[in-house]
Amino acid sequence: MKSPPKSDQIDAAVIESLSEIVGAENVLTSPEDLIPYGFDGTAALKAKASCVVLPRNTEAVAQVVKLAASRGVPIVTRGSGTGLSGGSVPVVGGIVLCLVHLNKILELDTANLTVLCETGVITKAIDDAATPHGLFYPPDPGSMKISTIGGNVANNSGGLRGLKYGVTRDYVMGMEVVLANGEVAWLGSKCVKDVAGYSLKDLFIGSEGTLGIITKVLLKLVPRPVARRTLLASFDSMASAAKTVSDIIEKQIIPCTLEFLDKKTCASVEDYAKVGLPTEAAAVVLMETDGPVSVVEDEVAAMAAIARENGAIEVEQAQDDAHATRLASARRTAFSALARIRPTTILEDVTVPRSRLVEIVEFVEEVGVRHNLEVATFGHFGDGNVHPTILTDETDHEEMERVEEALAEIFTKTIELGGTITGEHGVGLAKKPFLHEQFADESYPLLKQIKGAIDPAGLLNPGKIFDLEPSAS
Amino acid sequence: MSDPTTMRPLKYMGDLDYSVVQQCMHCGMCLPSCPTYLETREERNSPRGRIALMRSIADGELEVTKAFGEEMYYCLGCLACTTACPAGVDYPVLFENARAEVEEADVLFHPERRFWRWLALKQLFAAQWKLRLVGRALWLYQASGMCRLVRASGALRLLPKNLRDLEPTTPIVQRHFSDALIEEIEPAKTRKHRVGMLTGCVQDLVFSHTNRDTVDVLLANDCEVVTPRSQGCCGSLHAHNGDLDQAAVQARHMIDLFDLDSLDAIITNAAGCGSHLKHFSGILQHDADYIEKARQWDSKVRDISEWLVEIGFRTPAGTSGETIRTTYHEACHLCHGQGISSQPRSILNAIPGLEIVELENATHCCGSAGIYNITQPEQAGKLQDEKIGCIKKTGASLVTTANPGCHLQIQNGLGDSAEVRHPVSLLAEAYRNERAGQ
Repeated sequence: MKSPPKSDQIDAAVIESLSEIVGAENVLTSPEDLIPYGFDGTAALKAKASCVVLPRNTEAVAQVVKLAASRGVPIVTRGSGTGLSGGSVPVVGGIVLCLVHLNKILELDTANLTVLCETGVITKAIDDAATPHGLFYPPDPGSMKISTIGGNVANNSGGLRGLKYGVTRDYVMGMEVVLANGEVAWLGSKCVKDVAGYSLKDLFIGSEGTLGIITKVLLKLVPRPVARRTLLASFDSMASAAKTVSDIIEKQIIPCTLEFLDKKTCASVEDYAKVGLPTEAAAVVLMETDGPVSVVEDEVAAMAAIARENGAIEVEQAQDDAHATRLASARRTAFSALARIRPTTILEDVTVPRSRLVEIVEFVEEVGVRHNLEVATFGHFGDGNVHPTILTDETDHEEMERVEEALAEIFTKTIELGGTITGEHGVGLAKKPFLHEQFADESYPLLKQIKGAIDPAGLLNPGKIFDLEPSAS
Repeated sequence: MSDPTTMRPLKYMGDLDYSVVQQCMHCGMCLPSCPTYLETREERNSPRGRIALMRSIADGELEVTKAFGEEMYYCLGCLACTTACPAGVDYPVLFENARAEVEEADVLFHPERRFWRWLALKQLFAAQWKLRLVGRALWLYQASGMCRLVRASGALRLLPKNLRDLEPTTPIVQRHFSDALIEEIEPAKTRKHRVGMLTGCVQDLVFSHTNRDTVDVLLANDCEVVTPRSQGCCGSLHAHNGDLDQAAVQARHMIDLFDLDSLDAIITNAAGCGSHLKHFSGILQHDADYIEKARQWDSKVRDISEWLVEIGFRTPAGTSGETIRTTYHEACHLCHGQGISSQPRSILNAIPGLEIVELENATHCCGSAGIYNITQPEQAGKLQDEKIGCIKKTGASLVTTANPGCHLQIQNGLGDSAEVRHPVSLLAEAYRNERAGQ
């Protein structure tokens, strides 16, 4: 196995060849062009990009990969760079392959309820294209207005509607990938049932650019729900909010959204979005149900009753559709809005079985106090997916050490509760040191065996998820 | 990577509080709001990309280079990113200081550029009498019919191409400037408020009637209006174009013109000015003699629509048979710069005879962006085309907007197909119609 080059420069001959493939204007090499590609949406992670390539079609992607393979140059694939685990942070001496220009919706098949898109299509654009046909693409990550579908598939992104509608994986029927050797393969099909061979598409979903480069995606669409109702309930304790959520699920109501925000998160979001969130309550739960009119009316009444039984201070229904959209959009800004408080915002996405939710939320609170850190928590309560967010300052080394300790403790506790260190953001660089703890048995070497079989030279997004060679740390 | 020991010390960006650049957590929420990013899809042309470059400069990893300078001037300064930014990054401050640093480093030096900057920033927009002199000459040229003669003669071909392209878009200068139309003090019949009136620089020459309309509307709402003579540019042009020192001179001049204690508010009707006028305390932060006055000033500046809604303006009486299909373009520096979006619509909705239709992408920049349509005509033209396309879709014959730059840019794009007015002018007209109807 070749080891990736250690120099941050790419051979001039490689640059020349890249320019021949995609045109010189689509190869960026000046410092002013490269610096802005040194990071994604993850705090405190950056690296110097050596070269950015912006191809316009699959053929060009394949040629770039062939060239890189022949010259032993690593490739980091990137969409809009909104990832939250450092998955698209550049690798020293590698090519950043940015796919935002592959942005066409190729086919909307209303007979089979599918949509075929190029990898760089914006997530929200897919749902916008489906809407006029009465169709719906449910996965809605916080960054859906700018995230690319390729990035969503590579990270198996979740979103606010995961509880009822599932995550990106549940909608991927097929994909075109460029393999590590530069050959193009089609995985999956338009068939509702398809058990031919291994489910290769599933291997690439959530592979974070380490197995191949996704260039086209075939997605399932579902009928658009005719009605939706949104409720906002505030509580004077985190525990009663969590109890409300588990009671709703226990009553076998599966709304599309059960979001939770703590006091600090509410205050930050309200400061930005001004949508009328309660800022005094200890916890706020945003609930949304969608479906046929009669069903949503019943469900919304039942959820409001459960919230009141659990001592909700206030239960308010969104006035209309526009207000409901404003509330959901405001919630999507929670992570960024928290950046108002301190310079560095470290966001995690630990997930536990729903029955253990109260335990993890209380543990996060306790860890924050013990390490004297400012922590805000919000998340997808219905999914057991919480976003403990540490508000800190990356330039304060002493404080950052305490942050590291707190994070390690949160991960350990999560695993102890039968949870996972990442529910929807991916491992990338940020959670790499903790993956081994979760994959404690033979599953960890299995990851590396798969990587070795599909990308033997280790050139695709090396150093993400896990290290192939034993790392110095 | 540059060697920090040999780098030129930073004059403006070095002075910035580092937490302002650090505030950007590069989440990417700004990307879909940025007209230049949407055009190129390259990170460098995005708000977070530009901030990353500024941060690299502040960290000593990058020098102020020509490419950096060009990037700062490719940014429209439309501030759509500030509306999109949940983290509350103070982009205007970063952008103004970065442009000032670019000028300080002189990385964009060109003799012609230097001449035009000197003429505009240090002469015409530094003293209103000079601007008025040029305005008077332009008025003569336009009103005498000489412009038609010159155009027909082909003499314009002697001009450099960029000037030749601009000549037909030259705004029509008014016969009377603001001081001729507005008395220094105009008392209201019943006085509930006392306000100062800003007449602007371009507004004073090209839209002096809008200034008169603004005063009429204020009088009709029980505001006594004080309008100091020969006011001139508030410094917004300077601050947005890398001359923060001259911006401070202009700011002090503006503050000196008004007796702040005696006024409830200081009224502007130009969005681009308003969004600058509200931040004199930033411009004058190091001026111990002025900082207190600047804070008082900032607290009193109001856009006319903001003020009218705040005091509960009177709805004009009257019904109308025919209605005019009207739409509203949100000036960037009103909606993004000042967060004023509903107030102008409240005014329009109160005017009899208007049928208001919403404009698709109303908050997208029209490409005027101060002098961007002169410095970056290609990108400005694309945005103008998009804006005109959206306006045509509404079928409106009347377009309203509250900023002189947008007004001219949209009117130039529309030609004779629709009329552009300031909402306050329509309100003034409605009050006049009331009296005529009695």
